[in-house]
Amino acid sequence: MAAQILSAIFVIIIGVGGCVAYFWGANKLVDLIFPSRGVSGTAAIDNLRRQGLVRPWLFVGPAMIILTVYLIYPVVATLWLSFLDRGGQHFVGFANYEWAFGDREFRSSILNNIIWLAVVPAACTFLGLIIAVLTDKIWWGTIAKSLIFLPLAISFVGASVIWKFIYEYRGEGQTQIGLLNAIIQYFGGQPQVWISLPFWNSFFLMIILIWIQTGFAMVILSSALRGIPEETLEAAVIDGANPFQIFWKIMVPQIWGTIAVVWTTITILVLKVFDIVLTMTNGQWNSQVLANLMFDWMFRGGGDFGRGATIAIIIMIAVIPIMVWNIRQANKETGGH
Amino acid sequence: MAVATGKSFASRFGVHIAVLVFVAIWTVPTLGILVSSLRDKDQIIASGWWNSFSSSTQTEAGRLPPASAQVEKDGKFVLAGNIFGDAAARNISAFGVKSAAPTQYPAGTTADLGDGITLQLNADGTFVMSSPKAFEGDRGQRVYYASSAPPKFTTDNYNTVLFSEGIGRSFMNSLTVTIPATVIPILIAAFAAYALAWMRFPGRALLIAVIIGLLVVPLQMSLIPLLKLYNGVGTFFGVPSKTYLGIWLAHTGFGLPFAIYLLRSYIAGLPREIMESARIDGASDFEIFVKIVLPLSFPVLASFAIFQFLWVWNDLLVAMVFLGTEGDQIVLTAKLNALLGSRGGDWEILTTSAFVTIIVPLIVFFSLQRYFVRGLLAGSVKGG
Repeated sequence: MAAQILSAIFVIIIGVGGCVAYFWGANKLVDLIFPSRGVSGTAAIDNLRRQGLVRPWLFVGPAMIILTVYLIYPVVATLWLSFLDRGGQHFVGFANYEWAFGDREFRSSILNNIIWLAVVPAACTFLGLIIAVLTDKIWWGTIAKSLIFLPLAISFVGASVIWKFIYEYRGEGQTQIGLLNAIIQYFGGQPQVWISLPFWNSFFLMIILIWIQTGFAMVILSSALRGIPEETLEAAVIDGANPFQIFWKIMVPQIWGTIAVVWTTITILVLKVFDIVLTMTNGQWNSQVLANLMFDWMFRGGGDFGRGATIAIIIMIAVIPIMVWNIRQANKETGGH
Repeated sequence: MAVATGKSFASRFGVHIAVLVFVAIWTVPTLGILVSSLRDKDQIIASGWWNSFSSSTQTEAGRLPPASAQVEKDGKFVLAGNIFGDAAARNISAFGVKSAAPTQYPAGTTADLGDGITLQLNADGTFVMSSPKAFEGDRGQRVYYASSAPPKFTTDNYNTVLFSEGIGRSFMNSLTVTIPATVIPILIAAFAAYALAWMRFPGRALLIAVIIGLLVVPLQMSLIPLLKLYNGVGTFFGVPSKTYLGIWLAHTGFGLPFAIYLLRSYIAGLPREIMESARIDGASDFEIFVKIVLPLSFPVLASFAIFQFLWVWNDLLVAMVFLGTEGDQIVLTAKLNALLGSRGGDWEILTTSAFVTIIVPLIVFFSLQRYFVRGLLAGSVKGG
C-alpha cells in the first residue's frame, strides 16, 4: 500500500510538473529567440510582433494537439473503420451497415434507445421542473434540493448497485431484502424479478438514470425560474389565474430556452448510456442499448472493430442535429468575440 | 415567487408533503446501502435493511449430536446439549423437525416425535431428546428453528473489502488516475482559453466553433481508433498499452472541449481595462495570464476541477477500455463492476464497496457544491 501511495504521488508530480514545465519553458524560449528587452528600437518591435505571432499557438498548441489526437482523428478514423472488416484490414463497403440493420440485437437496441430517449429526458425535465417549483415555496427548499441533487455525484456503477439492491428478488413468501419487492409483498402482491421482466425491465434501468439526472434538471430550471420577472407573475395573480395556469401559461413559456438546453443535454447523455446497462443486465432480457452493444463488439471474440465503429457512427448521427444547433446558438451569443 | 403559493393551509401542507416524498425517494436508496454496509453479513440476508434496528428472525437448520453421545438415564436414552455449541447469543422462538414445518413447536415445549421419542428445545439453544430405545446411526436428528438475533452493527465489512477484496488498492488507483486527469486539462485548457478569448490570431473563430462541436461528440467515436493507436504504440515501443499515462491523456482529451468552453466564456468576460493597463505597463501575455487572469479565474477553475474530478472518478467506460477490466491497476468503478460479476449475491461486499466508491464524490460534492452549481449553470451544454 505504501509503495502504491508513493508511486501515485510520484506520477502525479511528474505529470503535472511536465505540463507546467512546457508552458513555462516554451514561453521562456520565445523570449530568448525573439528578445524584446535589451535590443534596439526597431529590432525590439519586430521581435514583439514575431512573439505575438508565435505565442497564441504556444498557448493553444497543446490543446489542439490533444484534441486532434483524441477527438478529431478518431472521428474520421471511426468513420473509415466502419467500412472495413473486423480487423480493420479490408474494405467491405456498407457490409457492416447491412449487417447492423439485419441484426436482431441491433434493432432491439435501436428500439430500446428510442424508448430511453422518449422517457428519460422527458421524465428528468418534468420532475426537475416540478421539484424546482415546489422547493421554491418552502423554507427548507435548499436542503431538499441538495438532497435530490446528491445522486448526481454518484457513479452510474454505484447507482446500479444501489438500485440492484432495491430490485433484489427472493422467492415468494420469503423475507424480501429488496425494498421494492418488500413493499409489493407487504401489500399482498407478487414479488418479481424486475430486471428480467420482459419489456418493462428497461424502465427499471431508466429509473436509475432519471434518479441521477433529475437533480441536474432541477438546478438549471430552478435558476431559470428565479430569472422570471416578478411582475409577470403578479399580473397573472391579479388577473385571477390559478396556480396551474400560472405554471403552464406564465412560467413554462418564459423558460423554454432553458428547458431545451436541459432536454438536449440529457438526450446526449442517454444516447451514451452504457454503465447502467452493462452492470444491471449486460444487455440480456432484451435490454440492450447501442453504447453497450458497441462496447460488446469492441471486445467480443477478440473484437470486431468494423461493427463496433458502425454502431458508434449510428450514435454520432443521432447527436449531429444537437451539435449543429449548439454551434448556431453559440455563434449567435458570442457574436464573433 | 411567493405570489404563486396557494393561500389555503391544505395546499401549503400538500407542498411540504410532496417535497418530503421526493426527498425520500431520492435519499432512501443511498441510505439503504449505507445502513447495509454497516450490518452483520448474516443479518443482511435475513431481514430488510429498514428492519435493521429490530431483532432479525431467521429460520435455520441444525443437527443434534449422533447416537454415540447418548447417555442412559432412568431407563431412557437421553441426548442433551446446546445446539449452538457454546456461543448462545441468539434466541430461539420456535422449532420443528420437518422442513415443511420448521416452526411447529414454540421454544421450551416438549415435542412428541412418535415412538415415545420427545424433544425439548429451549430459547437459549439447550435441548433434551429422550427415547425409550437406544438411538442409532451416526447422523443426529435434523432440527429446524427460528432464531432471532439482536441488531448487530459492525465495520467488519469495511475491513474485508478494503484489505482483502482489493477495494483499498483500487481506491488508490482511482486517486492516481483522477488527480492528474483533473489538473492536466485545467492547465492546458486555461492557456488555450486565454488565447481564444484575448489573443488575436487567424483561425480563432473556427477553432471556437470546432470546440463547441466537439463538446457533444460521443466518447464512443474515439474508443476504437484510440484502442488501436494505444495497442500500436505499445507494440512498437515494446511497452504496455494499458498505462496511467494513457488514461490521463485520454481523460484530458475528453475533458478539454468542456474545459476550454467553460473557461473561455468566463475569461472573455473579465474586464478589458485590467488587461490593457497591464499591457501598457509592459507585461507580456504570459505575465498577464499568470498574474492576472489565473487568479481572477479561480471560481471557474474550481468549477471545472470539480466537474472533471467527479467525471473521471465516476467513469467506467474509459477506465475499462484503457486500463482493462482486471489486474492490479483497475480503478474503483471497474472493480465494483467486477465484484458485481464475481460476488453477485454477497450484498455485504457489494453495498460496502459501493459506499466506498461514492464517499469521495459525495464529500467533494457537499463541500464544494457552490462551485459545482455555478459550473453547471455556466456550461450546461456538455453532455457528460
